[in-house]
Amino acid sequence: MLELAIEGSKKYYGWITALIAAIGVGFGCYLWQLSFGLGITGMSRDVSWGFYIAQFTFLVGVAAGGVMVVLPYYLHDYKAFGRITILGEFLAIASLVMCLLFVLVDLGQPMRILNVWLYPTPNSVLFWDTLVLNGYLFLNVVIGWNVLEAERNGTHYPMWVKPLIYISIPFAVSIHTVTAWLYCGLPGRGFWLTAILAPRFLSSAFAAGPALLVLLCLIIRRVTNFDPGREQIQSLSKIVAYAICLNVFFFLCEVFVVFYSKIPEHMDHIKYLFFGLHGHGVLVPWMWASVALMIISIILLVNPITRRNENVLAVACICVFCGTWIDKGLGMISGGFVPSPLHHVNEYVPTIPEIVITLGVYATGFLILTALFKMAISVKEEVSG
Amino acid sequence: MENSRRIFLKIAGISALGLSANPVYNAFAVSEEHGGKKEPKEIPKKGTLTAKRWAMVIDTRKFKSGKDLEPIIEACHKIHNIPVFENKRHEIKWIWEEEFKHAFPDLENEYMNERIKSLPFLVLCNHCQDAPCVRACPTKATFKHEDGIVEMDFHRCIGCRFCMAACPYGSRSFNFRDPRPFIKETNKKFPTRMKGVVEKCNFCRELLAEGKKPACVEASNGAIVFGDLEDPESEVRKLLKSNYTIRRKVALGTGPAIYYIV
Repeated sequence: MLELAIEGSKKYYGWITALIAAIGVGFGCYLWQLSFGLGITGMSRDVSWGFYIAQFTFLVGVAAGGVMVVLPYYLHDYKAFGRITILGEFLAIASLVMCLLFVLVDLGQPMRILNVWLYPTPNSVLFWDTLVLNGYLFLNVVIGWNVLEAERNGTHYPMWVKPLIYISIPFAVSIHTVTAWLYCGLPGRGFWLTAILAPRFLSSAFAAGPALLVLLCLIIRRVTNFDPGREQIQSLSKIVAYAICLNVFFFLCEVFVVFYSKIPEHMDHIKYLFFGLHGHGVLVPWMWASVALMIISIILLVNPITRRNENVLAVACICVFCGTWIDKGLGMISGGFVPSPLHHVNEYVPTIPEIVITLGVYATGFLILTALFKMAISVKEEVSG
Repeated sequence: MENSRRIFLKIAGISALGLSANPVYNAFAVSEEHGGKKEPKEIPKKGTLTAKRWAMVIDTRKFKSGKDLEPIIEACHKIHNIPVFENKRHEIKWIWEEEFKHAFPDLENEYMNERIKSLPFLVLCNHCQDAPCVRACPTKATFKHEDGIVEMDFHRCIGCRFCMAACPYGSRSFNFRDPRPFIKETNKKFPTRMKGVVEKCNFCRELLAEGKKPACVEASNGAIVFGDLEDPESEVRKLLKSNYTIRRKVALGTGPAIYYIV
């Protein structure tokens, strides 16, 4: 089936070329980082994780969000999603590859990465995270490939795939739960030290993933002969609506606990993010933009009149995606490091090479996503036409 | 052709899975045996200073100003090949000074004793009894010795910096670039580090192995005392018995091994 990914129109090739160019530039910067060290990034002794780990965290969410089309179809027999489950699975694959790449580019000694498995350490959450991420990637590759191949051949997928599909559903939840546990089990970091972190991660995941899927469906309808379907898009947008409401609710739960208890160690991080601390506050406008985007998206998604209008829906989904991206891809990680455990305020701002490497990883993910979606849609066009 | 390629890929895949499963299996096998079989014991070489649990008492009353701390920091950083960077983001430090409000952010009072308010405090790795960094490390590059010292294996560290996020005392530094050109005078008896690994205070384990006390203790004119916390006759225990001491962030339950007399 892979051959389907390399046949396409001039525009398709143009897009692929642009992505490869972006990967090339990013890879060039990565070689620089590899020879100099992580000193070319904005990270420091106090803010020891930055943009890379934040993108990783956000994309684990996007990957987990794919389960929101798989679950209704396979567990609730919601037939309409049968048309797009493959898109959810392939989105998960592309996101997971990006996640693993972001972990890799964040390592000080990437050539030693296999030490994680050569000296397995069950008490480290990171060890478990590598297991569930790779496991979920493996499951999605096997499931996606077999289901799509069966569709192409006009047969039913092999029976042994079915248990894997069922396993993949709790796996999707596990990848983001374990990723949240990376942070929320650390004693000295008041911002993350909250049991609501994993639920918050999941709710924002189930908003961001399906929102991106809605946008991708709308693009697919415009540029290909395959229509993911109006009902499918509407059902997805209801999922996004519930999830983004839950996400904001969970955040408010956090805000209540923190500001009613008034424990400084927990309060200072949120103060830093939303109001600035001791005169430092690069993220303040971003965080308020995130809040505004989420509120706008709730208004547009909960109201059926606006939700049913696909143009407005697209705007709402962009709001969800950008709002959750700022929340997790910008604020969540550096917010946990500022102020430091010794209560110093050293801010973090990513450097240009760091951003170029990040874009290179994103381009890699989009290249994989494009190729996989091209394959899936070509099969669907073949079958229907 | 098609078929044989597929079969080859399948076999290769299964073999790879099998190879990677073995160390994982071993890890769990070891932890299951934990109750029955004893783990290998560390045997210190002759002349090594040993203890059941090393600890340190810092008598801050013996310091007048930051000037008194400088030779202590200098002694440590010199023998451990600590580089000096102009860029503060790349900074590496094993032992350094902090104001009271930063060393003990949870103990700061609005109105405080002048001496304590202005006196710089020495801070370093606390060699916690239940160290969060050891728990977090995914490769056991950070590990705890039987004598309580938390040490780094610079050759195993993958530079994920999970330990830095886990440490509630900010005791860990990361080599954001090659440190070697920035070391003033290299001490050949202690390894220099490479870029991309984490490092921190090791309670001068290399000196203990030669029967010597840590460098900061030697340079402190008796202000820092080092000894066995489990030995009731040790100097450390005597000081703890006769003085009121504080430790950093005790509420977190990490069990720091550095005590301060204020």
